[in-house]
Amino acid sequence: MIKAILIFNNHGKPRLSKFYEHYNEDTEQQIIRETFHLVSKRDENVCNFLEGGMLIGGSDYKLIYRHYATLYFVFCVDSSESELGILDLIQVFVETLDKCFENVCELDLIFHVDKVHNILAEMVMGGMVLETNMNEIITQVDAQNKMEKSETFIFQSTRQDR
Amino acid sequence: MALKIVKGSIDRMFDKNLQDLVRGIRNHKEDEAKYISTCIDEIKQELKQDNIAVKANAVCKLTYLQMLGYDVSWAAFNIVEVMSSSKFTYKRIGYLAASQCFHESTDVIMLTTNQIRKDLSSPNQYDTGVALTGLSCFVTPDLARDLANDIMTLMSHTKPYIRKKAVLIMYKVFLKYPESLRPAFPRLKEKLEDPDPGVQSAAVNVICELARRNPKNYLSLAPLFFKLMTSSTNNWVLIKIIKLFGALTPLEPRLGKKLIEPLTNLIHSTSAMSLLYECVNTVIAVLISLSSGMPNHSASIQLCVQKLRILIEDSDQNLKYLGLLAMSKILKTHPKSVQSHKDLILQCLDDKDESIRLRALDLLYGMVSKKNLMEIVKKLMLHVDKAEGTTYRDELLTKIIDICSQSNYQYITNFEWYISILVELTRLEGTRHGHLIASQMLDVAIRVKAIRVFAVAQMATLLDNAHLLTGNVQRKGICEVLYAAAWICGEFSEHLENPMQTLEAMLRPKVATLPGHIQAVYVQNAAKLFATVLKSQEGNTEGTAAQETSQLMIDRLPLFVQSANLEVQERASCILQLVKYIQKLQQKDVEVAEEVCALFAGELNPVAPKAQKKVPVPEGLDLDAWINEPPSESESEDEQPRAIFAKEEPKHSRPRHTEVDEKELARRREARKQEQANNPFYIKASPSSQKVYQEAPGVEHIPVVQIDLSVPLKVPGLPMSDQYVKLEEERRQKERAEKKKKDKKKRKEKRSGRGKKHDSGPESEEDITPAHMVDIVTEEMPENALPSDDDEKDPNDPHKALDIDLDRPLADSEKLPVRSHRAAEALKSPAEDGEAESAAPPELKKKSSKDKREKKKDKDRDRKKSKEEKKKKKHKHEEKEEDLLGGQADEPVVQPEETSEVAALPSSTSAEVSDLDFWLSNAPVPSNTQEAATVAEAAPVPEAASCTAPDSEPDEPKDTELEETKSSKHKKKKQKKEKEEKEKKKKKKHHHHHHHSDGGAEESVQNGTVEEEEPLPPMSNYCLLAENSYIKMMMEDADQVNDIQGNLQDGSQVVVSVIFENKCESFLKSMEFNVLDSLNCKLQRPEGSGPHDGLTVPFQLPPGVSNEARFVFTVQSIVMPQKLKGTLTFIVKNEDSSTHEKLDFKLHFTCTSYLITTPCYSDAFAKLLESGDLKGSSVRLEGVNMPFHHLLARICFHHHFSVVERIDSCASMYSRSIQGHHVCLLVKTSDQTVSIDAKCDEPTLLGNVLDEIKQTFSQC
Repeated sequence: MIKAILIFNNHGKPRLSKFYEHYNEDTEQQIIRETFHLVSKRDENVCNFLEGGMLIGGSDYKLIYRHYATLYFVFCVDSSESELGILDLIQVFVETLDKCFENVCELDLIFHVDKVHNILAEMVMGGMVLETNMNEIITQVDAQNKMEKSETFIFQSTRQDR
Repeated sequence: MALKIVKGSIDRMFDKNLQDLVRGIRNHKEDEAKYISTCIDEIKQELKQDNIAVKANAVCKLTYLQMLGYDVSWAAFNIVEVMSSSKFTYKRIGYLAASQCFHESTDVIMLTTNQIRKDLSSPNQYDTGVALTGLSCFVTPDLARDLANDIMTLMSHTKPYIRKKAVLIMYKVFLKYPESLRPAFPRLKEKLEDPDPGVQSAAVNVICELARRNPKNYLSLAPLFFKLMTSSTNNWVLIKIIKLFGALTPLEPRLGKKLIEPLTNLIHSTSAMSLLYECVNTVIAVLISLSSGMPNHSASIQLCVQKLRILIEDSDQNLKYLGLLAMSKILKTHPKSVQSHKDLILQCLDDKDESIRLRALDLLYGMVSKKNLMEIVKKLMLHVDKAEGTTYRDELLTKIIDICSQSNYQYITNFEWYISILVELTRLEGTRHGHLIASQMLDVAIRVKAIRVFAVAQMATLLDNAHLLTGNVQRKGICEVLYAAAWICGEFSEHLENPMQTLEAMLRPKVATLPGHIQAVYVQNAAKLFATVLKSQEGNTEGTAAQETSQLMIDRLPLFVQSANLEVQERASCILQLVKYIQKLQQKDVEVAEEVCALFAGELNPVAPKAQKKVPVPEGLDLDAWINEPPSESESEDEQPRAIFAKEEPKHSRPRHTEVDEKELARRREARKQEQANNPFYIKASPSSQKVYQEAPGVEHIPVVQIDLSVPLKVPGLPMSDQYVKLEEERRQKERAEKKKKDKKKRKEKRSGRGKKHDSGPESEEDITPAHMVDIVTEEMPENALPSDDDEKDPNDPHKALDIDLDRPLADSEKLPVRSHRAAEALKSPAEDGEAESAAPPELKKKSSKDKREKKKDKDRDRKKSKEEKKKKKHKHEEKEEDLLGGQADEPVVQPEETSEVAALPSSTSAEVSDLDFWLSNAPVPSNTQEAATVAEAAPVPEAASCTAPDSEPDEPKDTELEETKSSKHKKKKQKKEKEEKEKKKKKKHHHHHHHSDGGAEESVQNGTVEEEEPLPPMSNYCLLAENSYIKMMMEDADQVNDIQGNLQDGSQVVVSVIFENKCESFLKSMEFNVLDSLNCKLQRPEGSGPHDGLTVPFQLPPGVSNEARFVFTVQSIVMPQKLKGTLTFIVKNEDSSTHEKLDFKLHFTCTSYLITTPCYSDAFAKLLESGDLKGSSVRLEGVNMPFHHLLARICFHHHFSVVERIDSCASMYSRSIQGHHVCLLVKTSDQTVSIDAKCDEPTLLGNVLDEIKQTFSQC
């Protein structure tokens, strides 16, 4: 199971937080801060697994993260997930973002958190991996965006009518 | 109204959307909080509007703010509004917001049930998808209960997109509503073979999560997963399945044997590192589950270790990390294989990556030996000095202690060295593990008697230099060590060289700054020291010295009497009064030392952890019962007796410390200073110059020098552990030299050539003897302690509720609640109301008809399945006449529905069990059951002969005569008793077998008596078969391969597991197992071998190794116990010679061994009893002195029964013979007398079984 997915930048600013277990807002912020603290002090060429987050996890849990340019992608998972598998999943996630946003950069994530959430929802659901095939994910995301667009079009045209 | 709408949409043009909000926040970096609060105000305004678009926009912004840490739960209702929008765009926003901030205690969630249900059944797949995604994040027990049926329907949706989401969310539903697991499981299982890979993957995912927590319930799925594993190409799915197998193998060693080959193939073939790694992991799990030392698996271990070495040597840090992680798992069972890579692991200790260093540390634990412990610890101590972060250093510290103390200090040869290591560790600043060091000090000093003199000396120095440990705030944690030091010095004060000095050190005023519990120990042990000092001084005839000591105590103790800590206060005032009294006696020249010493006489032995818990509750004592009448609740507050005590308390207690005001304190301080200044003992000389300086009068005025903590402290006068390393080296060298001399002599003396092993160059473990004979005192346990460990599972674990037997057929009461009108569902938004009401009835009908159809489908499926099973059996009994088979296949179809359900109960479950057995017993053949059957039929694999042969070649003995070997019961009893006794003796030696059987016992108890938490005594079905100086055979009638129910003509099979243990120093090979067949009972032999040929045992035994083999027997009649004579022949091979040896044994088949544990429903059980086909018999057992559930567990375990129902001290039990005889028991107990009423359709069998049960209990 995945317990949480966090994206934050090099300064610890959250860009996306998805908790699959309930925490109150303050704890969530604390977790983000602590995770950032743990992850950011690590060198570039050390392993991507991390134990010892006090707030989130416990002995069964691990932080698995990847660092891309200005962003950290952190997954907190338990022992039922394959470590290398999750690393691959992060890669798929980022590549999908890249496809959907066309050369994704931090700004895309800043201004379109909702879209990132929607993409993530096609990959991971309730803490379990739903889909790992990038093409399938993109197809579903595109189809939903198309639907959304058609709705806005109708909405806008009705509004103009008025 | 219209105007309002227009106004709303005009406003909207000026509304901020999410992007504007983000931009705004970025532009207001200085006053972000203020900006956001204005934004929230705006959002509140927007939410008040009727326009759903405006609301959705506002909710979208709230979701963003929630991420930034703002509580948005106040908008929960608005979120629900947006969720219920008919537009997908808004719905998605609403569900996203809900998934981010709803949780179980959000009260508006109960409003969403109908909306979600509507969305789930929406024609638009994305509406459904969004609802499922949202629900997965905030599902509550109520939602789960109400929607379980809807979601279950979606699992068969036409669109794979919905199917996979529905399958996945079922896991969350199970967690919240465990009752749904059983009804939903068949469909979930079906989804494992869904044509869509995404759905399949989701189903695998869910079952893996379920099975991870309660693996034994999913064992029956193993064949299916095996098939998936060999057929799937999706690495995700493969990884999950392989991980699942890792969880299942410990429960079923045969599964492991089957897995090894395909996994090894995968390891060789895959290019995906993730898959490779998981394969290695599971192979390790398999190897752990198999009995150790199997020679034919050493290759697999080697393969794993070798692959892991490649991972560890990889430049990719991730692989290195994982390699180390997996290596630590191998370490537990095969330490030798890992030890050969010591160099690599030590190298990882220097890695710059902390995660990797930590993993390497874990491994070190298993690398130590007597030989290298000091060297490794020395290296770690260097790391401790170098380590920068406290976490890593703390980890190092705990590891050092772990490594040294493991398995009762097994590897420590020189305890002086260890004590000095511990003392050196106290130099660590800022460590949290002071208590750990302290407990080690205590443990070693108490349990290793020989070291006490040394330990006491060290501790005295520590106490003397206590200021070094307590001087700095940062060093708080470490002062725990003083606790140990004080206690050791006090308790073993007879070893102190200068007790007076230590006493003095323990009564320094600085002590008052220590934490209360440490002060308390100081005070108490000062008293012990005082006793010792008195004794020595009185002996010296100098009466004055003794009196001075008493005076010292009287002078110093008042400081502690004033302590705020109650414990300190109490002890101090007691001791003070005591000393005052002693002083009085001393003044009268009375010798008191003897009596004072008597206060602390006697040895304090260590008590085992949990010893208290293990004291059994005496029979008849109910700890929960009220001793007096429970207080009536009507009593008012102030009448309670507690209030009276509270009032009285101040009178009795001494003036409270808190009452002392500042002035008083200042006065006292002054007085104390005065006292100290006048106290002649205060300036007593001490060995360290620092101390004099510290304790000069007017200490408070002298600024305490801060110690530079970056420089490791050296406590003066303390020996460095390195010295001991050197000493130890020298000692060992000397010893070795001596030994060599001796060896040479020996060799000269006898040149027989045997026992050459010792002269190999590098010294082996056993060669190193401890520096002094170490007598490690074992921890005390209470008398008649209960042996087994307590169940330490977290009672709050949500997964516990999911521990549900899935093989049991569904009962009507378990069907998922289908939607119907409920009074509670009054809360609906008015707009929805009409719609819902009009829509509901037809939907309901549709659903119910659908359900019916589905039920029918299920039934069809079941039927198909049973046909398939029959087919399999057909393969097995090819020689059988056609018509018989046909008749059987038709049977369930013809039967009327009601009875079929009841009658099918035992058969279907047992079919599944035997299915698994069948699959598993086909050792390493690729699965796919049908395939397996054909393969088995076509060509029995020779090396697996012992397993495959029986299934493939059911010998059909034509003689129907029963063997008339009525062995007199008397004789049998005697023999069995002997066996049992022997077995008891062996128990200690054979822990691993008992592990296995313990598990079995637990399982069988769970059928009926889950609520019992009392641990059960360990049970084993293994009994000694035969033994000589070379080999020992232990036998268990492990499990039975079942055959068609009620078919007496069919040869039924009994599998016997025999453990062979090599007891001699030589290698045993070419073992052949042979049994003299009787008419009734035959050993199954591979095709082509004669009726008197033996079976080759498929392994060889190196010295000290044991292994298990299974032999299959065909039995004709099972109503009588059987005895078979047999012999085991083997070759004993030494280095220079080999001899042929023989061991005779008698195999004993009890009637019990023909019974199979078969679960049974209580209604089916009742029907069975009512049917009147069964004949009764009964037996009474007197003087059975054990708890009822133990009794049941024993019957379950030893006699293969399962509990059907249990009410208080009465239980019904059921079992079935391999030939389909039903055996029903009614067990009743009333003080020490157990009566068993039994019914069975075969009276002889029943009689024998009852006799055996009686025997079991007469032995305990």
